[in-house]
Amino acid sequence: MLNVGQLNEGFVLDHIEAGKSMEIYRYLKLDKLDCCVAIIKNARSNKMGKKDIIKVECPIDMLDLNILGFIDHNITVNIIKDGLIVDKKVLSLPKQLVNIIKCKNPRCITSIEQELDHIFLLTDPEKEVYRCKYCEEKYSGHKKKY
Amino acid sequence: MKHLMSPLDFSVDELDRILDLANDMENHPQKYAHACAGKKLATLFYEPSTRTRLSFEAAMLNLGGSVLGFSSADSSSAAKGESVSDTIRVISCYADICAMRHPKEGAPMVAAAKSSIPVINAGDGGHQHPTQTLTDLLTIRTLKGRLNDLTIGLCGDLKFGRTVHSLIHALVRYPNVRFVLISPDELRIPDYIKENVLDKNNVPYKEVERLEEALPELDLLYMTRVQKERFFNEEDYVRMKDFYILDKKKMELAPDDMLVLHPLPRVNEISVEVDSDPRAVYFKQAQFGVYVRMALILTLLGIKVEE
Repeated sequence: MLNVGQLNEGFVLDHIEAGKSMEIYRYLKLDKLDCCVAIIKNARSNKMGKKDIIKVECPIDMLDLNILGFIDHNITVNIIKDGLIVDKKVLSLPKQLVNIIKCKNPRCITSIEQELDHIFLLTDPEKEVYRCKYCEEKYSGHKKKY
Repeated sequence: MKHLMSPLDFSVDELDRILDLANDMENHPQKYAHACAGKKLATLFYEPSTRTRLSFEAAMLNLGGSVLGFSSADSSSAAKGESVSDTIRVISCYADICAMRHPKEGAPMVAAAKSSIPVINAGDGGHQHPTQTLTDLLTIRTLKGRLNDLTIGLCGDLKFGRTVHSLIHALVRYPNVRFVLISPDELRIPDYIKENVLDKNNVPYKEVERLEEALPELDLLYMTRVQKERFFNEEDYVRMKDFYILDKKKMELAPDDMLVLHPLPRVNEISVEVDSDPRAVYFKQAQFGVYVRMALILTLLGIKVEE
């Protein structure tokens, strides 16, 4: 069993689909943080066979984890404080995504207006449909592709 | 501050008040002749439009206000690369209200977010054209006396036609409305409108290919243009093109009190011979477009005219 040092304060993102940890790393902009990040790839998992895990040591208000709900509901977020798991975050689809995905409609104002945020709104939680706030174009990317 | 981006921005009650006001303007134009004295409407038209721009301008002039603006992107600061956000901030210093048409979808929403004056979406690409929908609703309500208990035929390009989509969105809010969707297979209404609007609101509808089949049961026929380039092959176009041309002979199949509406411009989908039929109301519809824009301007400016 591989041992990675215990966190004092931060997050453990567990049950990430095997091979997808680097994409989550990029989505969460972990490269921009000056803190300790451990990425474990292809760890054994009873539930998933193989999984990835990310451990991030940083103050718990430093990361926007809402995005994870959009990427994959099944990721488990353990919040660590003083070396203990103090909370497990239940992920849900965020109501709004700002600059996470881009509108691909060439007729949308986001294609020409300078410094305009790309905003997508959750219009159908049941079918997990996001639409561009401006042109209402449906986001057609598949979440699991990250 | 209220803006108008989509026809659904107004509740049914708010819409009723605007339509009531428009009817009062039609009946008592003098009462409103100076309602907007000293107020300026900016018409920011980044792409050419004849009817919409002129009807906005006519509406403001009828209210005693004045108008400034541009009628193509080439003659605006957009040609120099200015953003919509910057343009509206500047225009907010010059005018009291603005109507914006833009080829990019969502542009008026970007303007509204940065504007200190009410912004009216006068058409944004293939997305929304709310004042056309208000015009359609005023025409129907005035000439039919109701917006409920109607069987409405929508004919032509139902796939790409934004006026048709907006009208469906607006009309499903009224009770006992049903639709007959008349189009070639290639130009049927998109599934998301069927699922998210019609099915979701339990609104009955049927899809037919031939106009003749639908005509006898309609209270209203809303015609739109079927463009040749929308067909995948010439053969289908030739086979179907005459289905969607409304002429005197087809009008014989329609009830005596059926109304024919069209957002205009018409090309050949309604024969000129139909114009003299009292059921053809598309030119009256253009007149209603001015009244409803007058009512909208007054409402968004928060101006009340005393009796």
